[in-house]
Amino acid sequence: MMEFENLDMIMKDNEGHKRYWKTNLRYLVILLVIWFLVSFGFGIIWVDELNTIRLGGFKLGFWFAQQGSIYVFVVLIFTYVWLMNRLDKTSNLDEN
Amino acid sequence: MDIQSWTFIIVGATFALYIGIAIWCRAGSTKEFYVAGGGVHPLTNGLATAADWMSAASFISMAGLISFMGYDGAVYLMGWTGGYVLLALLLAPYLRKFGKFTVPDFIGDRYYSNVARTVAVICAIIVSFTYVAGQMRGVGVVFARFLEVPINTGVFIGMGLVFFYAVLGGMKGITYTQVAQYCVLIFAFMVPAIFISIQLTGNIIPQMGFGGTIEDGSGMFLLDKLDQLHVELGFQEYTTGAKGRWDVAAITLALMMGTAGLPHVIVRFFTVPRVKDARISAGWALLFIAILYTTAPAISAFARTNLITTVSEKSYSDVPEWFSNWESTGLIAYEDKNKDGLIQYVADPAVNELTIDRDIMVLANPEIAQLPNWVIALVAAGGLAAALSTAAGLLLVISTSVSHDLIKKQLKPNISDKEELMWARAGAAVAVVVAGYFGINPPGFVAATVALAFGLAAASFFPAIVMGIFDKRMNKEGAIAGMVIGTLLMLFYMVKYKLQGFGGGMPEDWWFGISPEGFGSVAMVVNLVVSLVISRMSPAPPEEVQEMVESIRYPRGAGAAQDH
Repeated sequence: MMEFENLDMIMKDNEGHKRYWKTNLRYLVILLVIWFLVSFGFGIIWVDELNTIRLGGFKLGFWFAQQGSIYVFVVLIFTYVWLMNRLDKTSNLDEN
Repeated sequence: MDIQSWTFIIVGATFALYIGIAIWCRAGSTKEFYVAGGGVHPLTNGLATAADWMSAASFISMAGLISFMGYDGAVYLMGWTGGYVLLALLLAPYLRKFGKFTVPDFIGDRYYSNVARTVAVICAIIVSFTYVAGQMRGVGVVFARFLEVPINTGVFIGMGLVFFYAVLGGMKGITYTQVAQYCVLIFAFMVPAIFISIQLTGNIIPQMGFGGTIEDGSGMFLLDKLDQLHVELGFQEYTTGAKGRWDVAAITLALMMGTAGLPHVIVRFFTVPRVKDARISAGWALLFIAILYTTAPAISAFARTNLITTVSEKSYSDVPEWFSNWESTGLIAYEDKNKDGLIQYVADPAVNELTIDRDIMVLANPEIAQLPNWVIALVAAGGLAAALSTAAGLLLVISTSVSHDLIKKQLKPNISDKEELMWARAGAAVAVVVAGYFGINPPGFVAATVALAFGLAAASFFPAIVMGIFDKRMNKEGAIAGMVIGTLLMLFYMVKYKLQGFGGGMPEDWWFGISPEGFGSVAMVVNLVVSLVISRMSPAPPEEVQEMVESIRYPRGAGAAQDH
């Protein structure tokens, strides 16, 4: 089994850990809602409605399906990295 | 210089580079063989993951597929990138904190059961073999077209090379060759894309040219022009789809969850030192993948426009040289049905005279656009890099499953690290030979197998891993039942509607109108429901497993967890 060098810390700081996990879950929900919106929402479900709007030579729905959603995915991951690094620090859980 | 000489020089140089790296990065321990020692820089891992992930299919076939599918091609674009968001947010950091070597390791320990471990090993091996056969075939096809050797000889050369660096270097050798392969493949993909974008739209950035105006004096946007051409010839408008909405959503979701559940991708996140490195290297990986994935649909639209304007209603006797070159490979076929000597390329199959294999859209693109010979040779080297890097990653998963998850963890727990390393090398060697066999004798169901690999990964691993992290109450009874039922259901649907087994069926009979490619989403939901219901009706997992789940949720201490 793995080593639990942080086990006694868990005992001492249970409240802090609970808060850490709750905040993490909140970030996940927010980011995954955006993930769903740009791909399944804008790219698939509402694609026809959005296609009536133009973005240069693109119909907007088509652009989300073949370009925009991918850009947003990249931004989502880097946002998560930034949020979690900050959370690790404020919760005193960051690695050395 | 002609194409063939250029190809020999460029492919030869890249192969020499891969071999050089392999000799420089030999693995000395199982930890180096399985996870490259666990000290890979996150940026390096991002590059390696991108090459690992982008296969012959991404490089050679995808742009061509989209070119013929138009809007519907978005299922691949979103499916094969959106999975990285799931991977980065729901899997990679926690699996890194868990800190073992393989996906079956996690399943076996988290569900305190060797049955679960074995189910995971079987799924990992099926998924990896179905995938690797296609890569070896891709190597053979590229060799056959550009170096004019028989396909089988091409497969043997590819096998020899992968054998060399996978068996010698394990994950360590693979990681650094994949970095080199990423550089080769992205350069090879972008150069023709940029050339063609400039030719067609005057824009140096393909992603911008895609939405730009076409340089034929009409001042029309490229996509509007393409839509107009499509409508004139009786095709579906390029920017709108032909598939049902539900099916598009189901396929996209299955590909996303399959991507996040593929063992050869997950295992790459075991190679970085810390949890935060796992998070950011998923970001780097997706950034590097996105460069190709946002360029591919632009290439599709350029190639489609080029193709139609070059051949439609043109005299067969005046077609350019590339046309007859590819005609001799059988990938383009022309039949003058109405004997007017012109090429009718239209949607109506009774009148249409031209059939084109989708794979040549990327391979023939530089020739269609009349680019210099070295660019054409570069595309060959890029296709090989994409196929070889993915094949090596998959072979490593297979060999690790055998040496680590079966032999070390179950059959012979007392073997030394050196013996285990020997088993790992032997496993890799056998896997190369089996993969080569499939490359030479491709199973008739190759088209079905890639969809199957994703469907299986989505229906088996994805829910088991996510619930293993986020649901502390999930126990072995629930997880095993879910994985087994999800996998069997996926296999059943695939065999019934792809291979016409179990009485077969037509697209009209699909459940909820969902194609076999998208059925992984349904099987995943079934897995999830079965697991949740059964776990709540059976005992909670033991205390120490619940503590393990607790500990993987917090990043501190990942370094210590590496020790085995």
